[in-house]
Amino acid sequence: MLDNLHNVNIAIVAAPLIGALIAGLFGGAIGRVGAHTVAIIGVAIAFLLSLLMFNHVVVQDAGIVTHSVYTWLVSDGITFEVGFLVDKLSAMMMVVVTFVSLMVHIYTIGYMAHDEENWPEGSGAGRNSYQRFFSYISLFTFSMLMLVMANNFMQLFFGWEAVGLVSYLLIGFWLKRPTATYANLKAFLVNRVGDFGFLLGIAGVLMYFNTLDYAAVFNAAELHKDLTMSLWPGAEWSVMTVICILLFVGAMGKSAQVPLHVWLPDSMEGPTPISALIHAATMVTAGIFMVARMSPLFELSETALSFILIIGAITALFMGFLGIIQNDIKRVVAYSTLSQLGYMTVALGASAYAAGVFHLMTHAFFKALLFLAAGSVIIAMHHEQDMRRMGGLRKYMPITWITSLIGSLALIGTPGFAGFFSKDLIIEAVHASQLPGAGFAYVCVLLGVFVTAFYSFRMYFLVFHGKERFRDVHHGHGHHAVHEPHETPWVVTLPLIALAIPSVLAGGMYITEMGFGNFFGAAIQVLPQHDVLGQLAQNYHGAWGMVLHGFLTAPFWLALAGVVTAWLLYMKFTHVPALIQARLQIIYSILEQKYGFDRFNDWFFAGGSRGIGRLLWQWGDVRLIDGLLVNGSARTVGWLSSVVRHVQSGYLYHYAFAMILGLLLMLALFVIAG
Amino acid sequence: MIPLSNYLILGAILFCISMAGVFINRKNLIILLMCVELMLLAVNMNFIAFSHFLGDSGGQVFVFFILTVAAAEAAIGLAILVVLFRNRHSINVADLDSLKG
Amino acid sequence: MSFEQILFYVFAAILVFSASMVISVRNSVHAILFLVLAFFTSAALWLMLEAEFLAITLVLVYVGAVMVLFLFVVMMLDIKTATMREGFARYLPVGIIVALLTVAVMALAVGQRHFGLEQMPAPIPHGADYSNTRELGLLLYTTYVYPFEIAAVILLVAIVAAIALTLRQRGSSKSQNVPDQVAVRRNDRVRLVQMDAEKRK
Repeated sequence: MLDNLHNVNIAIVAAPLIGALIAGLFGGAIGRVGAHTVAIIGVAIAFLLSLLMFNHVVVQDAGIVTHSVYTWLVSDGITFEVGFLVDKLSAMMMVVVTFVSLMVHIYTIGYMAHDEENWPEGSGAGRNSYQRFFSYISLFTFSMLMLVMANNFMQLFFGWEAVGLVSYLLIGFWLKRPTATYANLKAFLVNRVGDFGFLLGIAGVLMYFNTLDYAAVFNAAELHKDLTMSLWPGAEWSVMTVICILLFVGAMGKSAQVPLHVWLPDSMEGPTPISALIHAATMVTAGIFMVARMSPLFELSETALSFILIIGAITALFMGFLGIIQNDIKRVVAYSTLSQLGYMTVALGASAYAAGVFHLMTHAFFKALLFLAAGSVIIAMHHEQDMRRMGGLRKYMPITWITSLIGSLALIGTPGFAGFFSKDLIIEAVHASQLPGAGFAYVCVLLGVFVTAFYSFRMYFLVFHGKERFRDVHHGHGHHAVHEPHETPWVVTLPLIALAIPSVLAGGMYITEMGFGNFFGAAIQVLPQHDVLGQLAQNYHGAWGMVLHGFLTAPFWLALAGVVTAWLLYMKFTHVPALIQARLQIIYSILEQKYGFDRFNDWFFAGGSRGIGRLLWQWGDVRLIDGLLVNGSARTVGWLSSVVRHVQSGYLYHYAFAMILGLLLMLALFVIAG
Repeated sequence: MIPLSNYLILGAILFCISMAGVFINRKNLIILLMCVELMLLAVNMNFIAFSHFLGDSGGQVFVFFILTVAAAEAAIGLAILVVLFRNRHSINVADLDSLKG
Repeated sequence: MSFEQILFYVFAAILVFSASMVISVRNSVHAILFLVLAFFTSAALWLMLEAEFLAITLVLVYVGAVMVLFLFVVMMLDIKTATMREGFARYLPVGIIVALLTVAVMALAVGQRHFGLEQMPAPIPHGADYSNTRELGLLLYTTYVYPFEIAAVILLVAIVAAIALTLRQRGSSKSQNVPDQVAVRRNDRVRLVQMDAEKRK
């Protein structure tokens, strides 16, 4: 039985990989249908087998499955190997990842159907782009599964980098667009900063634990609790704090926490399915997953937890603000993602790992839903992404409308929807937390609820209700007849419906087990003094009770206030937003500038490194290497030979004289030495 | 009895005279050729002296060969000289500087 | 000082003197004649070293052939002695200094200290029936027969080279070109002309 499960694990990661390879390498030969069939079959196999593993590990509770598949190398007693660990945490992640991925695969058939329109005429890169896209998303699924199923740090790092790479490829998928290549470069570079911290964290683990295996590290973690290291003379730091903060820096890069969040909004340059799959549902949650996975380590450092708490809180609130002023439909969802990732991080910081992961799961469903719905709208609007040119789409695309509404309601935490349970759990957990910074975080997440509700419904109203502004635009351009928006094909709406179901139900179904029960078992370890969820559990009386209680709590009223405000501003008094914008010009421009992060990065890091580059180029390369070393040595040789050339006079007697002198010297040497 | 060193020093003196000859007669190709002959004579002197004092006739065989080669060299050298003179109307070494770099 | 020593020093003195004259006289013909003198004295010294065959060869081959060749060339060429002696005085001191220095160093190397009679005792002179020629011949035609043959080839090459270098085709000389003669056709030589017979007047 166990052997079979091992093979199942291998098959789970191998199926998408094979799909990706076939679609990528033989895309031209098998055509579009062949490519998406292969890729979808691969992911579907992975999904079904993940369900099998989920059934085994979670439903039957038959213990974790961990095994090593291949030992890559052994160096100084440290094994680097490929191995799988399926416990309740990773089983849940696997199901979420493969399910969302499968939905996105199906959806992509519709979204990318006319991809050739997105490429310049006759572009070589645009050939077989459809197949290439499927190859990439399957490859992404493989990478993410490797990350999630890792049983050691090396494979974790492999998956970590692989999802980063695929993300890079996909953000810049339309590589003929300068903005896309800028965005993917930015994503890659920012992630590199985080990955550097992550790598240092792994190095720290290796240094102090002398192993890369999860189990061995977690078992030994307790022993290293009081160890300190000296980062620089006179600064004694707890080893656990240093390692945890470094690992979290990696998570900040992947999960887009302030100040490494800048890449995520720009990543919306990629095709929408990718925004849904990678930048909402799965890859960005890798950081959350990793911290949850490392809970035995993070529990030992309150400093690191406080750090996480504060970073998460800042992200949750301030990135939400940015969502308010965006006009690009995808960017609104992107900032909403940032904000929700902030919530998850706050949960991690408050030691409510289970709540964080729970929110990760529900968020994966409804955020993928929102993204795909946004994509559906974009298809219907013929790749128009500006919300100011939409409106009133409700009657043209009812399925998209309904599912979007469900997604938005889930996102703002309407009692009963999935988002409510997880988000409320996080807020309560932060409220209960005793860690330094928890008070600040509580205020942030509470305000965040209002902001979330406001921008979500701003988007909802702008897109689906109100005047049909797209008609004005077309008239303004003197275009031929207006493109009537129409409902998108079934490959697009099917995933919407399929994702809408868990967006409603997943919360209530799992809140009891995941939030308060011992769903994750040994996968997540919480010290008794940090166990906020345990405290909350004492007042918990089932999902239904929570829903009823939900109507009485502050978050609900805040969310309601947000929705009402949005309705007032964008449905009732549509001239007011412009007025507010004019009055609060300063705040507006700060938000417009995204707090100046981009400008600062461009000026300080990009400009700085360009400056250093120019300096090295002008001085180091042109003057020193070219001027002094390369041309300098050539010049020296030239000068020397122009001097030495005179020795070659061509006169016989000069040569004879040289010979005589040589003879004399050698004789003298012979006589003196002998 | 004349010691070997006397012959060797005589050879050395002869060699140095011809060397100085090369040095001071830097224009006249014929004198240069003659100086080369003189040098060979000095070398031959050493060969024969050693051959005598070591009782080995091999040295004399070498002198024999050197004479042969020197004769050939003189013949070819003079032939070149003649051709040179015919083309340039001069045997001045200072005129022969086509090799100058 | 024994007779032998007197003989050695006299010849040595003449040799050094004539060698010095070779490099310093103004006239090339004189220089050659002094060189001949130098060869003669060397031959005498070689006789004292019991190398009779080589001494005779030196006189016959060098004086008789090579030196005559030199004379021949010098007289054939019209050499301006004045230009030839440019820089003679200028380089004389340097030349003398270098020569003296070299002699001094060489004398140190091969002087009495290393090659005196104690280190190298003189061999017992051979009797009257000793034939240097025979001795040399025995060596030359046995051990050194192969180099001997090569020497012969070198001489042949030298002859050919010398002739080839100096040979030149005069425009005025008359000779037959055999291939051209063989390749000739009738039409090259004879032209048949068809013409009407003329009436006799």
